Amino acid sequence: MTRNERKQLRAGLGFTSLWIVGLAAFTAYPVVASLFYSFCDYSILKSPVWCGLENYHQLLQDGLFWKSLRNTLFYAGLSVPLGTAVALGLAMLLNRPVKGRSVFRLLFFMPSIVPVVASAMLWLWIFNGEYGLMNGFLNPILAPFGLRGPAWLADPSWSKPALVIMSLWGTGNAMVIYLAGLQNVPSELYEAAEIDGATAWQRFRHVTLPTIAPVVAFNAIMALISAMQLFAQAYIMSEAANGNGNASDGNPERSTLFYSIYLFSTAFQDLRMGYASAMAYILFLITAALTWVAARLSRGGRDDTL
Amino acid sequence: MAREHKASRRLVQALLVALAAAFALPFVWLLSTSLKPIEQTISLPLSFIPRAYYAELGGRRMEVTLDFEVTQPGAVVRYLAGEEAGELGFEGSKQLENGSAPVTILHYVAAGSWHVTQRLDRRPGEGGPAPIWDVIPRENVESRIRFRWENYPRALAELGGDSPGDRHRVGFWTFLGNSLTVAVLGVLGTVFSNAVIAYGFARLKWRGRDAFFALTLATMMVPFPVLMVPLYGVFKAMGLIGTLLPLWLPTWFGSAFNIFLMRQFFRTIPEELSEAARIDGCSEWRIFWRIIIPLSTPVLVVAALFHFIFAWNDFLAPLLYLTRKDTYTLALALESYQSQNGGVQWHYLMAASAVTILPVILLFLFAQKTFIRGIATTGSKG
Repeated sequence: MTRNERKQLRAGLGFTSLWIVGLAAFTAYPVVASLFYSFCDYSILKSPVWCGLENYHQLLQDGLFWKSLRNTLFYAGLSVPLGTAVALGLAMLLNRPVKGRSVFRLLFFMPSIVPVVASAMLWLWIFNGEYGLMNGFLNPILAPFGLRGPAWLADPSWSKPALVIMSLWGTGNAMVIYLAGLQNVPSELYEAAEIDGATAWQRFRHVTLPTIAPVVAFNAIMALISAMQLFAQAYIMSEAANGNGNASDGNPERSTLFYSIYLFSTAFQDLRMGYASAMAYILFLITAALTWVAARLSRGGRDDTL
Repeated sequence: MAREHKASRRLVQALLVALAAAFALPFVWLLSTSLKPIEQTISLPLSFIPRAYYAELGGRRMEVTLDFEVTQPGAVVRYLAGEEAGELGFEGSKQLENGSAPVTILHYVAAGSWHVTQRLDRRPGEGGPAPIWDVIPRENVESRIRFRWENYPRALAELGGDSPGDRHRVGFWTFLGNSLTVAVLGVLGTVFSNAVIAYGFARLKWRGRDAFFALTLATMMVPFPVLMVPLYGVFKAMGLIGTLLPLWLPTWFGSAFNIFLMRQFFRTIPEELSEAARIDGCSEWRIFWRIIIPLSTPVLVVAALFHFIFAWNDFLAPLLYLTRKDTYTLALALESYQSQNGGVQWHYLMAASAVTILPVILLFLFAQKTFIRGIATTGSKG
């Protein structure tokens, strides 16, 4: 290394020194420690004791673990496609020459910056079986059929759909990104397609979709990763809607016991931090795998159309 | 063709209005509930309009609550004997004919009248004379639209509550202060640290830089639950559990997303500016501080806004690290109020939620353009 190179290296390391410390202390160490703990019997009160694959072995036989995984996949499997469709739909509507576009954009976007605790309180009230807004609308519609709106968060078969509906309210963020993507589609492409006699659906399928597919795929993957980590809404709302109990129980009937909630309660209420770390690593692997698969799928889809 | 366009344009416009109404409705519901008296939050059929009812009871005009409709004719009576001697009550016509108890009839009441009670608006446990009530015809009750703004100060007073075990009574202002502390120190840390770090990645050439940057990007994939347990251990070892520090200290040491965001921006600034300054003998620090930073306000503002909103809205980290009520952020205090009081006081809960939402909405409205542009260009989760 020449003197000049050494000088440059010093400057580079100097400017990034805060990050070197931050990366080591707040990411690298935790990632390694977490892996180590996952092979240990560890409560924060005593030092970890090596137990090999015991935690992973137990997890495979833990009914609640599978339950939480199923719940989480169910939620992600519904909320991500629906959220993507809603966001893309809104963006496409706003991408047309409409009056008051900026007002609409503002309205659709606003819910996505509402603090999760506040939106949890609001939707808790909206989903109230007796006096909530949702059933206030549904009951008059269902009444002729002799039906009533469900108790939503207090009903094991409706608690997850309720959380999905709530998540759709917050899709404004993705909408803004898609709208920006749509505005990058050259209008000559649409004109050419129209001259060729393409229908609206064909224009969407062969012009719009291929151009914004990478953006949509990227965002859907990010949404999937964050859906897999669903925590705050479920933690707050499941306890509140089901009376006394523990926020980490995933009531009613464990229908809202999501992966992160089970992990949190295992680590910080049962103090089984080794077990929780094993769960965390499985989540890490699932997330990485899903990301990889989704990236492959979206790339494959693009090759088809181009 | 043109006609089809016109029709479809109108359809799109109508669809947008309908969707906008659906997105806005929860906000309207939130505000409407927060301005109602408690009994109107749990009365059917649902109404969006907070009302106040007035009637003349005992010769005085006062605000009343509508309790229930009387379905049979009868009379308001004063009992003359028995346990309830001297008290007022309502007796149906049949009971009166049967002559059940000795009473003085004060006035007769037709079926379909309403039982109304004076509205005292006392806090639970507060003493004072019992409220006056009467049964009067519905048309003697005047209904007016009234927004109960007084719910707001009351909700905020309730938010703190009494927290036994804490040395001093804490309340809304404490929580607000904590939230602001975490958000502001976090914003300063985010802007400062990431700008310095991103400069190192964007404007300097050094061995290992690109590999280090790739590693930095890779860390974005790590889910927070993976870091949670060891991070808790780190902060516990530092004696910081129960303080606000774990919530803002890490922002002073960079974050992958913001490094990426700022690096992208710094790279668009022409290299000639730096070269000229270097020839003039400027140090890298001076170039960073005097040339790059002044040209980078847009990206710094975006990072600051995103972090403020993130910090203000965060729930999991405060739940993890904060143990005493006097360190709670507003978000955590709201959750704790709800879980202690159950879902009964909906009007107060909605008022407190509205107050928690207000700062981010205001910030967004003021910086709307920057915001939308920031999200559109970064694809950030905000």
